[in-house]
Amino acid sequence: MKNFKKIAGLALAAALAVGTLTSCKAGSGSKLIMATNATFPPYEYVDGKTMKGIDIDIANALAKKMGKKLEIEDVEFDSIIAGVSQGKYDFGMAGMTVTPDRKKNVDFTDSYANAVQSVIVAEDSPIKSVDDISSKNKIGVQQGTTGDIYASDSPKNGGYGEDAVVKYKSGPDAVEALKQGKVDCVIIDNEPAKAYVKANKGLKILDSAYANEKYAICVKKGNDSLRKDLNKALKELKDDGTIDSIVSKYIKE
Amino acid sequence: MSFKDSFSQAFLQKDRWQLLLKGFGNTIIITLAAAVLGIIIGIVAGAVRAAYDKNIERMRRRKNASYYILSFFNFIFKIYITIIRGTPTVVQLLICYFMIFSSWRNGIPVAMFAFGLNSGAYVAEIIRGGIMSIDEGQFEAGRSLGFNYTQTMRYIIVPQVIKDVLPALMNEFITLFKETSIAGYVGIRDLTKAGDIIRATTLQVYLPLLIVAAMYLIIVLLMTYIEGKVERRLRANER
Repeated sequence: MKNFKKIAGLALAAALAVGTLTSCKAGSGSKLIMATNATFPPYEYVDGKTMKGIDIDIANALAKKMGKKLEIEDVEFDSIIAGVSQGKYDFGMAGMTVTPDRKKNVDFTDSYANAVQSVIVAEDSPIKSVDDISSKNKIGVQQGTTGDIYASDSPKNGGYGEDAVVKYKSGPDAVEALKQGKVDCVIIDNEPAKAYVKANKGLKILDSAYANEKYAICVKKGNDSLRKDLNKALKELKDDGTIDSIVSKYIKE
Repeated sequence: MSFKDSFSQAFLQKDRWQLLLKGFGNTIIITLAAAVLGIIIGIVAGAVRAAYDKNIERMRRRKNASYYILSFFNFIFKIYITIIRGTPTVVQLLICYFMIFSSWRNGIPVAMFAFGLNSGAYVAEIIRGGIMSIDEGQFEAGRSLGFNYTQTMRYIIVPQVIKDVLPALMNEFITLFKETSIAGYVGIRDLTKAGDIIRATTLQVYLPLLIVAAMYLIIVLLMTYIEGKVERRLRANER
């Protein structure tokens, strides 16, 4: 694999020489480069010209605690782990759930938020609870999210199989497809789900959740110094109530 | 992980190769359908635009019904080409999926239409360019033989145009084939999306990308080979 990586790396480097020369590299002293996918309200979204959200605010508070300047890159959700494990970004923060597969490729900090995978359906949908969903339904998800990963798994692992799942690049696209009847339900994190249901008439969230999980920050495998620094800063922010106040700023029960 | 393990994880485990193969099939059928639609739209639009450019000066003097009909269709196709060439394909695809065919559940026919509509604009310009590039003397030769515009086109111009535009057309279809990689935006599982899925589940970066790249490349090589064959056949009468 090592040799292969070298050859592939060389080929890519040659082909993308210009791109690599101009792109900045993570891990440089006073800067922290964070990767996120800003289509996931209220955790991260673009509001006007700036990115906003719980993760963005927490990341800013973390950087401030650590005395570093934060830079945020808005990339495809799929690219976050790849970029972090290659050292392109210092850490990834995008409402990311810790899963065993992800753990093989990146290290995670302590969790900073609890999340629920919810199911959005049309108000008059025959799907009344999570148990009504079957492999015969078309299930909309945001590509690469845990909702996607769980739902795409085989039925014996609690999923519905690849053929039942329609993967969109962003949450709003999946919800639009649901509104137009292209899919029967959308499985997505509860907080953005609430935002979508609020913004769109005729949709509702099922009372029963599809799955419960925790969000954490991912860093490059073996980058223990950054992970420890982040954990320390996270703990301080938890203890002094900063995280709670950020969360309640965006999520009003 | 050794190369063998990575390859087995990305390609063999959980029948992942079937995912790639199905995606590959979707990419191919979308491309084929879009190419056929593109040729049909492109020939009609290109022929109308060329007929306008070639004849309108002469027709303006008489201003009969055919002058207005030709002007009208030329105008329509001009707008069509401007819009298609002036907007990104991915935006066109999303407009087709979410606005024009909002009631359709299956994304694949929508993609066929969107890519066909897109390709048609480029084919139209290739055809028009091909017709316009034929020397004016060839048209005059047709006239002096007593042919009208349609007959001149059919017996003298079109056979030359086909030979001239073939490389540009093939280029367009290669572009079209690769451009279908954005079909994933509307939830279609094409070849690129299949690679995405494997990357997301195995969290490998290199191999799934390279496998997908190789599969695209093989088809483009095949298309180039066929083009070479056809061109050689068409050149046979030049000797």
